Amino acid sequence: MENKKDVLLSLKDLEISFGAGKDKFVAVQDVNFDIFKGETFSLVGESGSGKTTIGRAILGINSTSNGTITFEGQQINGKISEKRKHEIERKIQMIFQDPSASLNDRATVDYIISEGLYNYGLFDSEEDRIKKVRTMLEEVGLLPEQLYRYPHEFSGGQRQRIGIARALIMEPDLVVADEPISALDVSIRAQVLNLLKKFQREQGVTYLFIAHDLSVVRFISDRIAVIRAGRILELAETEELFTNPIHPYTEALLSAVPVPDPQLAKTRKSYVYDPNMHHYETDKPKFVEIKPGHFVYCNEEEEARYKKELHEQGQI
Amino acid sequence: MSEERKKILEVDDLSVHFHVRGQVLKAIHHVSMDLYEGEVLAIVGESGSGKSVLTKTFTGMLEENGEIAGGTIVYNGKHLEELKKDKQWEGIRGNEIATIFQDPMTSLDPIRTIGSQIAEVIVKHQHKSKAEAKKLAIDLMNRTGIPNAADRYNEYPFEYSGGMRQRIVIAVALACRPNILICDEPTTALDVTIQAQILDLIKDLQKEYGFTVIFITHDLGVVASIADRIAVMYSGRIIEYGTCDEIFYDPKHPYTWSLLSSLPQLAQRGGQLYSIPGTPPSLYKDIVGDAFAPRDPWAMKVDFKAEPPFFKVTDTHYAKTWLLDPRAPKTEKPELIQNLHERMSEVMSASHLENLDLGGKDSDGE
Repeated sequence: MENKKDVLLSLKDLEISFGAGKDKFVAVQDVNFDIFKGETFSLVGESGSGKTTIGRAILGINSTSNGTITFEGQQINGKISEKRKHEIERKIQMIFQDPSASLNDRATVDYIISEGLYNYGLFDSEEDRIKKVRTMLEEVGLLPEQLYRYPHEFSGGQRQRIGIARALIMEPDLVVADEPISALDVSIRAQVLNLLKKFQREQGVTYLFIAHDLSVVRFISDRIAVIRAGRILELAETEELFTNPIHPYTEALLSAVPVPDPQLAKTRKSYVYDPNMHHYETDKPKFVEIKPGHFVYCNEEEEARYKKELHEQGQI
Repeated sequence: MSEERKKILEVDDLSVHFHVRGQVLKAIHHVSMDLYEGEVLAIVGESGSGKSVLTKTFTGMLEENGEIAGGTIVYNGKHLEELKKDKQWEGIRGNEIATIFQDPMTSLDPIRTIGSQIAEVIVKHQHKSKAEAKKLAIDLMNRTGIPNAADRYNEYPFEYSGGMRQRIVIAVALACRPNILICDEPTTALDVTIQAQILDLIKDLQKEYGFTVIFITHDLGVVASIADRIAVMYSGRIIEYGTCDEIFYDPKHPYTWSLLSSLPQLAQRGGQLYSIPGTPPSLYKDIVGDAFAPRDPWAMKVDFKAEPPFFKVTDTHYAKTWLLDPRAPKTEKPELIQNLHERMSEVMSASHLENLDLGGKDSDGE
């Protein structure tokens, strides 16, 4: 499976820590995953799990304390040349959670969307720039007469479209979308998700989708990694993860998602994960590929047990 | 859901206006609703639909530029719409009708200990001595699931996690033994696993104390798990209400259809997610006809001309749409939400969840 696809971004033994010496806090550790070209890869976890920190490290906003981030075959964390950095800043774009906090309130939509084009000189003439901005505006479903308005004149959903337009006009290879729909209403969420999908179909953009809402993630992702307390606990293709979750934390997370059906919801029990259930004192855990493409963080004893169960179910 | 149940709150023809820079924003438009003792009524709607504003009138907490422009709110024989001054509200707000909000940090005083904040309410409302209040506060902390409550009594809000803080806010609200607990998106800011715990807590406490709950949310998953009845709001109007099952399995208003259709669980992966075109209307202008009409694929000519009345579906189920008029063409709800229960069961069984009750790990897959 993996050999067939081109790896766009690769994280190896990534560690991100804040502070030093006695105050050192390791926010993220032993993170290993690849993102393939053209896919939507989701990083799912609760608040404080480190999912946003990883996203920020990929964008170069947080520095890493160990391991490598490789983009298109070249390392992009640690010391890199200004030229390379400039190039990557165009190729990797970000969409933020709160569209009102991430847009300059004193700039017009025209300027907000054009800013990247100015910074990189990505247009031949003023005419060309206007054409590009108008085309993008249309793509995200806004009207040309809205070009000279300010962000506060728009609704939350429209502001998020401006954020998407600003990122995608740069023709990025990778877009890190950090909870891009969490702040939006249900009906608006669908519009924004469909828009993100459309760009992927038409331009082959790769998404790293950072989220906590598993029901939305299931709809949009090709593969999902579950993160808790700075570690990836499980990684698999979307349907595989939903159908055959192996790590108890993934099970707990799935069981907690509210089901929009009264009969099912009222009989359902959510399952609580106890992180002390593992015995990692001597038998140390690793990130193991338990089935092709399905990885779990476990020690040898757990690995043997999971494998036995999978075998009994006829899955391996 | 029988009609004989005692009505604890009756809202009749209520309108709320806000004065914003010389303009009038009509936030609530002729809303009527009943609340029955001991039930959980969920109010569902998107931002700006008026669900918070409506419930703020029950505790006299409208912002300064807001006013009740018409209608009545009757609680236990008292006309709440007549109360103006904070002093008049004292016996009711917090005491009989309490509210818990979305963000627990803004409801707690950051520089006072958790315990003293609960005890203060008990001293004030239940007229207990300080020592008794402390005992009762620790008891409440235990009941809301705070581990080592006695030790944590003297901690400050910042030492608590978000979920724990929300438990404290619930404890404070319950300290006055209110008859009605208004929960305004109490779990929206919390993680899903914590959300599940808080919902269970509210359900358990409701059984124990027997209070009535108004639960405001935009999350249909949360609604399904907690509500006895549901009122759906759009643009300052209640457009449909019924029992939880009626709203999910037999919805009648096109807006309710659209809300249910947007559920991501119903979408095929790789396909399109159903989305409602357009945006809600401005509440500064007078809305002619059905407020949802401009976004409604089923809208008829009459929807742009006259506001629909409520049509009765069953004794408990009413919807404000011309589609229920006998003269309207017969319209089926969209295919996507037909057999909702079967579809959801399919999605859920495909996701291992049925196995969980068997103890998680030792279940057999297929």
